[in-house]
Amino acid sequence: MKRSHLPLWAAALMLACAPALAQKTASQGIDEYRAMLQDGNPSELFEAKGEGLWKQKRGPKNASLEKCDLGKGPGVVKGAFVELPRFFSDTGRVQDLESRLLTCMETLQGFSAAEIAKTGFGKGEQSNVTALATWIAAESKDMRFNLPQSHSQEKVFYEVGKRLFFQRGGPHDFSCASCHGEDGKRIRLQDLPNLTKNPGDGIGFAAWPAYRVSNGQMWGMQQRLNDCYRQQRFPYPGFGSDATIALGVYLGVNSKGSASIAPAIKR
Amino acid sequence: MNKKTAWMLSALAAVVLAGCATGPSVSELNDLARQVAKASFRDEGIVKADKVLNTDETNRLCSEADVAGKPLDEATAKRVEEMNFKTIQWPADGKFLGDWKLGEAIAQSGRGLTFTDSANVVSGGNCYNCHQISKEEISFGTIGPSLYNYGKIRGVSNPDSPESKAIVEYTWGKIWNSKAYNACSNMPRAGHMGILTAEQVRHVVALLLDPKSPVNR
Repeated sequence: MKRSHLPLWAAALMLACAPALAQKTASQGIDEYRAMLQDGNPSELFEAKGEGLWKQKRGPKNASLEKCDLGKGPGVVKGAFVELPRFFSDTGRVQDLESRLLTCMETLQGFSAAEIAKTGFGKGEQSNVTALATWIAAESKDMRFNLPQSHSQEKVFYEVGKRLFFQRGGPHDFSCASCHGEDGKRIRLQDLPNLTKNPGDGIGFAAWPAYRVSNGQMWGMQQRLNDCYRQQRFPYPGFGSDATIALGVYLGVNSKGSASIAPAIKR
Repeated sequence: MNKKTAWMLSALAAVVLAGCATGPSVSELNDLARQVAKASFRDEGIVKADKVLNTDETNRLCSEADVAGKPLDEATAKRVEEMNFKTIQWPADGKFLGDWKLGEAIAQSGRGLTFTDSANVVSGGNCYNCHQISKEEISFGTIGPSLYNYGKIRGVSNPDSPESKAIVEYTWGKIWNSKAYNACSNMPRAGHMGILTAEQVRHVVALLLDPKSPVNR
């Protein structure tokens, strides 16, 4: 890198005299690191896998997912992601992308949705759900979030999600809002989006699924929420449980009009 | 669909039906959120769902105030603070300050009490996650105020002196139970909730108040 020709003593002086500047540099460094990685986001591999899985005949019924209704009619993928979670009349539930995929895998392919929901992240069919979610999200890249709020359950889920977002508990009294309730805050050097309002294009809800460089894993929104709750010292949120979906509605509706960059790349 | 989910969904349907004309009331939504949480979370590792979801009055009141978007009224805030103040366990031997070097290690550590931690993990204070503390550590969070020069700014040159007593006690009390001084503080109640032991609190107090600590140099 050309920028690194700064004399060592000058760099040392900057570090010693101006911690604010040093932080900025560290933060910029992380941004540059991410920008470099954007040239080859490994999520492309998961996208390719997901597209293959969508079209492949699988499961006890040996069927593909091509007739799966993600909310915009059977088989319509483009634009579906930025309108989820939403109410589905066939299941009578508000569902997010991942729980809806379980429904389709059960009804069309004959898998057991309950079995997949019980499987750990990254294992067995769960890794296939993540790959499918990655591809489906990618098909709506750069589109703007526009979750429906016309059905009464969608409205109720927003209100429930808001209450869960502010629910304090556990040994640390943490709620989602402890970290994500104000503008411009950080945990260590990690910037925290304010998720009580629209955090902007490609931030928060608009960035997942994402490839995580630190552990080399592809994470969907369900896993993102699960790990937030883990760090919050909360108990384990069931995969596709109503709490996670209600939170998704709260975050997604707050992000109305923001562009999705999923699948993103994260530290 | 398991029994728990089925029950929850019927409760949801009832609320939705009841709310058809005007939308569900605030208390109906609060009840529903509780039911959704109960049906969605399960025990894992050392974390028990019931214990977390049935939290204390302080958290319940503050969560409701957060949802409403307005702070607790003055009288309630005062009552919550007094209630929390009573829980503070002061050091039995009257020794408020331990070893600032051990305090620094506790402040650095964010470990413990998650559902992937074992019960014998020594919990950290998570302090640097939210606060600037020493100047040397540039990786600090900004959710809480900077604590750099904490003792110096407050004029503590000898923590054992009578002039320092009020600050020393406040510092211990704030770490033990932050809500004793600010009802809905974002800060955990490290002593009260058993995150840190009295011995660990002592070391963190030293990190903030010992004149030899990097915080005050």
